Amino acid sequence: MVGKGAMSNSIEEIAGADMLLVIGSNTTEAHPVIALRMKKAVRKGANLVVIDPRKIELTRWANRFIQLKIGTDIPILNAMAHVIINEGLYDAEYVENRTEGFEALKQHVAMYTPEFSSELSGVPAEQIIATAREYAAASPKASICYTLGITEHSCGSHNVQAIANLALLCGNFGRENSGVNPLRGQNNVQGASDMGALPTDLPGYQKLEKPEVREKFEKAWGTPLPKRRGITKITALDQMIKGEVKAVFIMGENTVVSDPCSGHSKRALEAAEFVVVQDIFMNDTARLADVVLPAAAFAEVEGTFANSERRVQRVRKSVEPPGEARADWRILLDLFEYMGLPQDLHSPSEIWDEVAALAPILSGISYERLDREGGIQWPCPTPDHPGTMYLHKDDMDSGLPGQFAPVDHIPPVEEPDDEYPLFLTTGRRRSTYHTGTQTGRAIGFDVLVPHEMAEINPVDALALGIEDGEMVRVSSRRGSLEVHAKVTDRSPVGAIFMAFAHPDTAPTNVLTNDAYDFITETPEFKACAVRVEKLGVGEAVAD
Amino acid sequence: MTTSVATEAPIDVNGVTVPNRPGGRVLEVLRDAGANVPTLCYDDRLEPQGTCRMCLVEVEIDGRTETVASCTAFSEPGMTVRTHTDEIVEYRKTLLEMLLSEIDDPSKDGPRSALGDYEFQDAVREYGARPDAFPPLERREKVDDPNPFIARDYDLCIACFRCTNICNDWEQVAAITVSGRGQDSKIFSHFNNMLLESPCTFCGQCVNTCPTGALTNRKLVDALAPLAPAARPEQLGEQVEMKTPDSWAGGASKKRPQSIPGPSGGPVELGPETAVDRTSTICPYCGVGCGINLLTQDGELVGSEPDFSAPSRGSLCVKGQFGSWDFINSKERLTTPLIKNADGEFEPASWDEALTLVTDRLKHYRDTYGPDSLVFWSSARTTTESNYLAQKFTRVALRTNNIDNCSRT
Repeated sequence: MVGKGAMSNSIEEIAGADMLLVIGSNTTEAHPVIALRMKKAVRKGANLVVIDPRKIELTRWANRFIQLKIGTDIPILNAMAHVIINEGLYDAEYVENRTEGFEALKQHVAMYTPEFSSELSGVPAEQIIATAREYAAASPKASICYTLGITEHSCGSHNVQAIANLALLCGNFGRENSGVNPLRGQNNVQGASDMGALPTDLPGYQKLEKPEVREKFEKAWGTPLPKRRGITKITALDQMIKGEVKAVFIMGENTVVSDPCSGHSKRALEAAEFVVVQDIFMNDTARLADVVLPAAAFAEVEGTFANSERRVQRVRKSVEPPGEARADWRILLDLFEYMGLPQDLHSPSEIWDEVAALAPILSGISYERLDREGGIQWPCPTPDHPGTMYLHKDDMDSGLPGQFAPVDHIPPVEEPDDEYPLFLTTGRRRSTYHTGTQTGRAIGFDVLVPHEMAEINPVDALALGIEDGEMVRVSSRRGSLEVHAKVTDRSPVGAIFMAFAHPDTAPTNVLTNDAYDFITETPEFKACAVRVEKLGVGEAVAD
Repeated sequence: MTTSVATEAPIDVNGVTVPNRPGGRVLEVLRDAGANVPTLCYDDRLEPQGTCRMCLVEVEIDGRTETVASCTAFSEPGMTVRTHTDEIVEYRKTLLEMLLSEIDDPSKDGPRSALGDYEFQDAVREYGARPDAFPPLERREKVDDPNPFIARDYDLCIACFRCTNICNDWEQVAAITVSGRGQDSKIFSHFNNMLLESPCTFCGQCVNTCPTGALTNRKLVDALAPLAPAARPEQLGEQVEMKTPDSWAGGASKKRPQSIPGPSGGPVELGPETAVDRTSTICPYCGVGCGINLLTQDGELVGSEPDFSAPSRGSLCVKGQFGSWDFINSKERLTTPLIKNADGEFEPASWDEALTLVTDRLKHYRDTYGPDSLVFWSSARTTTESNYLAQKFTRVALRTNNIDNCSRT
């Protein structure tokens, strides 16, 4: 593995790539402004290859659309590595000087011939071979972009490793217009991770398990720190049901709607003895709380967000929060005080200064600089450092090796069978966002996407006698709902697609499977088995 | 070495010396020099069109003088550029008067004037162009397009084609196109001329690049309160002080109008009369982090616009363009702490009551069952600073590493 959970390169650099391999990313809908840079690259002559089970809009700009079966990313990626190694197309110097584990990878991917992977993925072997050759030829100006279509699988972390293997083979790290670029889904998911809102990391990706790291923070914070790594959200839900976790504090997250197998997260929160929710709306999760704290929204606070390309940008207060709502940082400082641990911090700017003092990757960034220069990309270790456009440039000098990690194909935990014959894969649409808390209240947006839709291929629709627009029942082993059918060849034969932004009428996540990646514990939102049925005659149609 | 000296020879812009921009355009050099030349068809994200002729300047090179469109002409070392000769000023004024004869009076009162001037109105006032200098020509028509976001009043269209160019070349959506030629040209959207029936994604870039206000953000304009008559900008035909080389050379002594970066790369002058406050911030949706300005009027959030100075260069999608503020103003916002009573009903509580209860209970579980009986879930929606405090609170006050955020889900 190489790198951190961030884009290795910058958004603008995408426009300068010679080849873009976009895999598991519905970019024009989920990240429309990044898609602009992809379209620009294509116009300048770049070769865009889209790998996706769905015929997404971006395929219109692609030289090649590789329509793989859901959950067969690793066979494709491994077969590409196979071709690149077999034909000697890899960057031998880079592999020799900057990587470890090449021989193991070579042996491992030997079995992933294009023909073998073709059988698993349903993709013609020639497409895999051609893409592998083009990727190697375009390197190091070849950029791989991916999103949740890669990570939201039970083999998600393996998918990411298979991508990193390819990039390492062709020397696509530490160079401009190159790299491995996960496009982050939420405004500040990068910042939350940067700050160590993670069970294993302290701010700036400093590992908790390292005694010298703990010592540094213990000294700064004036208190001993717990040694044992924490538990993830997913484990915590299980431990609530078992009675081991008694109390949970949830800041700004609609877990019940956004998590898979909603019944499970709801049961867990009901089992917990004490639930606090701090949010801007009374959402389905807040309804389960014992105490609800009213928070200020982004327009009402000072602070920073870090975007997908590691750019720290200022968020500024435009209006006062309603009623007695308070900024999250203010509430947290209040909590410290009520716990008898008052903090000598009085503003977001002072909080940032404490962060900068403790996290070397952010040490050179200050509010004063952000206000003067605009956003700055980390790592930015000193006040005179300009920020970092792409990562691993220094590794090229220091020879810090990237590690090849051979991975195997692991099919989705639940695959279609006689009883539930179709895949359900979930994602976003351009004009609805996440659980709909924000876009659901945006005036006019209901005109664009009035309700949830189960997108189904015409072949499947014909077999089931389903017409475009009619209400159907979608059921999985975990739940059932009624939803409008949208007959479209965006969905492949054998799979339907739904978003989850209309939870009141079509709570998609009652259907999804609570299977998880065994390393990151990311849920398998992209694959579960469902059955689609016409509503029986005389059955009420809920609309 | 002669060659390298030559390419480094500076350019004289109205007496101000600036470096050459090899491969750059004259307009970029003018802006380096702080020269203010009006543009109507120019958007720095697009290839220059050179069609509106407003940016014409006089250049002198190797003893020869010619008049060129500065947006398309390449800069050359040693060039001398004059932006405001009498002839060019008169030419610009005449061009503006011809455009005024094609369109409705753009200074007609409307709430959108609270946003400040558009580039066209700005130029008309600066050059003192008269609306009645030429007999009116046949007008383009307002489109009765009921989409919720974009109002299309082509009676204000000067056919600069920035909207179609941004849609075709930058967004590559091609929802709108030019139909007809010359004076008969019209902006038309595919399928019935209704944007909802076209491939339009409502990214709103056509609205943001439009220099006259023919295209407007319907939601924003509806939310704006009109300006008080005293605060309105001057009527057309009343010339304001021209931003000549003299006036910008003595800039420090004059009161500089407020301005924001505009889509044409130059500043959009707002003037002191603007009644909208702008706060530069970041869109609250996905991880791209596009820059937006939130717009407030009398302390109320009324809408947003792209921030052209951000790395996103003004790009937004439908969510950032039209969906970033309604939820803030929602009547359903939580406004007070709530505590669930024995019947399972929420009752309003004071902050002191709520914070006391929360911390008492957290201490109770921590001290009775051990710190690992507690978990804290932070948020990818809130600020980095709040995330920092959340993990510090969990580790220092709750004494556990059971902190996570929603990046997994």
